[in-house]
Amino acid sequence: MAVQTQPRITTSTPAIAAKPGTGKPWKERWGGLFFVAPFLLLFAVFMIWPVVSGLWNSFFNTSLAGVKHEFLGLQNWREMFGDPAVWSSLKNTLVFTAMSTPPLVIIALVMALLANRKGLLGWLLRFSYFAPFVLPATVVTLIWVWIYQPGFGLVNGLLTAGGFAEIDWLNTENRAMLAVVITTVWWTVGFNFLLYLAALQGIPAQVYEAAAIDGANGRQQLVRITLPLLSRTTGLIVVLQLVASLKIFDQIYLMTDGGPNYATRPIIQYIYENGFTNYRIGYASAVSYMFFAIIVVVAVAQFKLFSGRKETGE
Amino acid sequence: MLGALALTGCGSLGSRPRVREWNLFGGGDGARLLQIHQQFVAEHKDIDFEAHTLAWGPPFYTKLAMSAAGGRAPEVATLHLSRLKGFSPTTMLDPIPVDLLNEAGVSESDFLPEIWNRCVVDGKLYAVPLDQHPFVLYYNTEICKKAGLLGPDGKIKPVKGVTEFLDMLKAVKETTGKYAASVETTNPWRMWWTLYGQLEGKFFSDDGKQLILDDAKGLEALELMAKLANDGLTPRSSNYPALVAQFTNGDAGLSFNGEWEVTTYQTAKMPFSMAPFPVVYDVPSFAGDSHTFVLPHQAKRNKDDTTATIEYIAWILKHSAEWAAGGHIPAYQPVAKSPEYLKLKPQAEYRSVAPNVLYDPDGWFSGSGAQLENEAGAAFSGVFSGQATPKAALAQFKAATQKLLDTPSPV
Repeated sequence: MAVQTQPRITTSTPAIAAKPGTGKPWKERWGGLFFVAPFLLLFAVFMIWPVVSGLWNSFFNTSLAGVKHEFLGLQNWREMFGDPAVWSSLKNTLVFTAMSTPPLVIIALVMALLANRKGLLGWLLRFSYFAPFVLPATVVTLIWVWIYQPGFGLVNGLLTAGGFAEIDWLNTENRAMLAVVITTVWWTVGFNFLLYLAALQGIPAQVYEAAAIDGANGRQQLVRITLPLLSRTTGLIVVLQLVASLKIFDQIYLMTDGGPNYATRPIIQYIYENGFTNYRIGYASAVSYMFFAIIVVVAVAQFKLFSGRKETGE
Repeated sequence: MLGALALTGCGSLGSRPRVREWNLFGGGDGARLLQIHQQFVAEHKDIDFEAHTLAWGPPFYTKLAMSAAGGRAPEVATLHLSRLKGFSPTTMLDPIPVDLLNEAGVSESDFLPEIWNRCVVDGKLYAVPLDQHPFVLYYNTEICKKAGLLGPDGKIKPVKGVTEFLDMLKAVKETTGKYAASVETTNPWRMWWTLYGQLEGKFFSDDGKQLILDDAKGLEALELMAKLANDGLTPRSSNYPALVAQFTNGDAGLSFNGEWEVTTYQTAKMPFSMAPFPVVYDVPSFAGDSHTFVLPHQAKRNKDDTTATIEYIAWILKHSAEWAAGGHIPAYQPVAKSPEYLKLKPQAEYRSVAPNVLYDPDGWFSGSGAQLENEAGAAFSGVFSGQATPKAALAQFKAATQKLLDTPSPV
C-alpha cells in the first residue's frame, strides 16, 4: 500500500505548488469541484443527511409509520442505558468480534504463506481459499444451516461416526456463536487472504536471496523478514476485520435469528428489530448512535496504533 | 429527468382503473395466488391489475406501514387479522366502503360473526377476511394405522384430554421408533397459545393495558410441552424446515403445525391426512389467524380505482375455493359451504374449528411474525431443549411482554 501512495504524492506536488502562482485560478480552485459534484451530491443525500437526521431522530419518538414525531429530549438515551437487551446484544457483538478476528487474521496469513507459490498447486489453493468469499450471505448460511443440522447434518454425522455425542449447534446457547464464527471464517477469510497474498508478492525476492546467502533458514526468514514486512498489511487487515466483525448481522439473522433465546443477537439486529419490526426509529437511532461511537473509538484507536507503527518504521 | 419519469409512471394516464396489490405469500400460497390472479386478469381486461409479493413478516409490514404513512400505498394489500388493531387502522388504513362491497355481492352475513367483528374498529370496517388458518393435526395415515389410531372410516379417532392425548403420542412413537410428533421447538408460540387457550387462559385486560396471564395455566401448558420433549415424544430441537422434514420422512407420525403445508406433503406424495388439533384441555381453542384484504391509506384515493379494488376483493372471495386448496379455511361462507370446497380432502377435514380460532392478543407488538411471538419463541424454545424450566421460561416471557407493554406505542 505504502509503495503505491508514494508516487501519487510526488505527482500531486507540482499542482499544489502551481496553485498560488499564475493563471486560471478559477479553474484551478473550483474546476475540481465539478468533477466531484455528482458524487458529493449522492454522498450528501445518502450519507451525510441520514447521519444527521439519525442523530436528530434520536431525540424524538419518531415512528417508522410516520404517525408520531414528538420531542422527547434524552428519553430515548435514558431508556437505552436502562435496557438490558441493548447491553446483552452489544456483548454478543463484542464476543463475536473477539472470537472471529484472531482466526480471520491468522488463518488468512497461514493460507497466504501456503498459497504463495507458482504452478498449479498455488493456483488451486488461491482459487479454493478465495472461492467461498464470492458466495452471497444467503447461500453461505443455507449451506451451513444444513451442515450443522442435528440428525442428518455433515458435522454431526462426523461427530457420531467418531463416537462423539451430537451437538445441536445452532440451538444451544453456548455453541451457537461458535457455529456462526466458524461459518464466518470459512466465508470471509478469503478476502484477508488476498490482502496478505498481495503483500507477500510485494516483498522483493532479493531480500530472501540475501538472507539465504547469509545462512538464514526458512524459519528465520519467516520471522525476521516476512512477518515484519507484512506488519503494515496486518495492521490494515486487523482494522478492516474489527470493523467488519462489529458490523455482524447477516449470518446471525439468517442462521439463528439471534437465538437461541437471544444468545447470538447482535446489536445491529436489535437496532433493526426496534426500528423496523417495532417501527421505533427514534429509539433505534439512539442505540445506533451509541454503537457508532464505539466503532469510531475502535477505528481511531486502531488508526493511532497503525500510524504510530508507520512512523517508527520510517 | 428521473423525477419526470416517476411522475408519468405514477399518474393514472390510462383510462382503465388501476389495482395494485401487495401480498406476503412467498411459498406454495404465492404460487396458488398467482394462478388465481392470472384468471382474474383474463376476466378483467378493463382493470389495470398489478400484484407484488414481498417477503413475509417484518419486511412486508415495514414496507406496508411506510407506504401507508406516506399516503402512497398500493390500492389493496393483505394483512394478518391479528395485526389489524396494532396497525393503527384509523391512520394507516382507509375504511372499506361497505356499500361498494355489498354492490359487489359480498355482505356481512357471508362471514362468521367471530371473524367479521374483528375486522371492525371504531365502528368502521377496515378489513375483509379471506381465510382462517388454524393450528391443526397432521397425521401419517400408514403410521397411525399401524399404531391402531384410525377409525373404521380411515380417519384418526378424535382424542380428548391429556391422558388420551399422551396415549396417542406414545402409540405413534412406538410405531415410528423415533418421535411421535414434529413441532417447531424453536418457536412453540402456536402450540403454547393453543394449549393456554384450551385452558381458557386470558392474556391482556379488556383495555389492553395490563398483562393478566394466569401463571398456573401458563405453567400447565409449558409443563406439558416439557413432558413431550422429556419423554422423547417430540424432538428437543427442530426449526421449521426440520419440522417439515421429520413429518415427510416418517421420523414423526404426527405433526403439530398450521395447515399451510398441505401442498408440500401432497407434492411429496406421502400418505397423510389432517384433523383438528386435539382438545387436550377444557375447551376447543386453536391458535390461528386470518389473511385479510385491507386498503392501505392513500392520500388521494381515486374512486374508480377503489371500485375496481372492491371488485377484485369480492372476486377473489368468490374464487377462494382454489385458495382453500392450499389449506386455508375460506372465510367467505358461500364458498366454505360449497361442494367444491367440501370435496377437498384433507383440506375440508378441519373446517369445524373455524369458530374456535384463537387470534394473537391485541397489541402493536403482537400478531403473526411480530415481536410478542419472537419473545415467546426465545423463552419457550428452552422448555423443549431442556435449557430452561417451564417456570423460568414463563417468568422470562412475562417480563418481556411487560417490557413491550411499557414501551409507548409507535403507531
